Amino acid sequence: MSAALLIDILLWGSVLGVGLIAFRRGPPVFKASLREGSMDFVNIVPRIALGVIGSGYIAAIIPQEVITGWLGPDSGWVGVATAVVAGAATPGGPVIGFSIGTVALKSGGGVPQVVAYVVAWALFAFQRVILWEIPFMPARFVWFRCAVSVPFPFVAAAIAMVIGKP
Amino acid sequence: MDAESEPRPGRTRKPIGWSTIIIAALVAVSAALVWRRDGTSGVLEILTHDLSLFGGILPRVLAGCLLGAFISEILPHEKVSRSLGPKSGLMGLLIGTAFGAILPGGPFTAYPVASALLAVGADFGATIAMVVSWTLIGYGRAVAWEIPIMGTDFTLWRIVISLPLPVLAGALGRFVYVRLYPKPAAKDDET
Repeated sequence: MSAALLIDILLWGSVLGVGLIAFRRGPPVFKASLREGSMDFVNIVPRIALGVIGSGYIAAIIPQEVITGWLGPDSGWVGVATAVVAGAATPGGPVIGFSIGTVALKSGGGVPQVVAYVVAWALFAFQRVILWEIPFMPARFVWFRCAVSVPFPFVAAAIAMVIGKP
Repeated sequence: MDAESEPRPGRTRKPIGWSTIIIAALVAVSAALVWRRDGTSGVLEILTHDLSLFGGILPRVLAGCLLGAFISEILPHEKVSRSLGPKSGLMGLLIGTAFGAILPGGPFTAYPVASALLAVGADFGATIAMVVSWTLIGYGRAVAWEIPIMGTDFTLWRIVISLPLPVLAGALGRFVYVRLYPKPAAKDDET
């Protein structure tokens, strides 16, 4: 079974589960949440469309090699800071992010720097923020969360330096 | 306090905010640069690829929206504000972290559900803990992408390093939030 199919089964299974709970609270509750969810969907589709279709163009003008170049053998905190910027600037989905991390590890990038890169990418890769987080969440929350997240790739790198390699 | 059996009034969303405008401008500039570099065929190639991607994502987005709507309807408001609200303390951050770690699916579930939690009384701190936990220690992306590409050793080690981060991020969020917005902020959905 492919991962995508598994995700879909888990996803729709959860929808069914919470839908059933809502239905047992009474049809008005069920109908109201169904309407609310559909309205959210209708409102979000244009923004998702902009994000999905637009991010291809943004990714096309930031070549992967540029990002990989930033993750060079530069060690120490300067290297960590560069890795954080690279993580935030990485376009594309998880395949690109993790592949860049792997390439950096194999070509002599320091482990704390790669950890900082992966964590920064997970926390605030601009494309995921634009494509997913902003359409679904209040923008004020998203910017606040990103700002608060900035120190944590550095914290992860520091922990990696203390506890050593995997 | 609203009666739990009554459906809540719908949230209002402004379709277009500043963020959308900035993104649209960014996309327009990028598309123009691609056009200058690769011509019309380059622009169309990306467009068809992304349109098919978009078509594949849509059902999941619908599922995510329904999940968020059902959750915000069935979760008891005052219980959520007690266990995930501004006064929920370390326990609230831990609950948010646990919730983010076990949530199934991808960004199409995590963000609608996080948005639903915010709407029913979770504070920024607990919601940040949830989102950060989903992205850093959630199993979905790790199993589907990180382990196959980066290897099991690196992934598990990276997750162990990340374990304290959701609670720390949530705590920092709460700490900054009460200083930035000393009064209970007015409910606004878009800046």
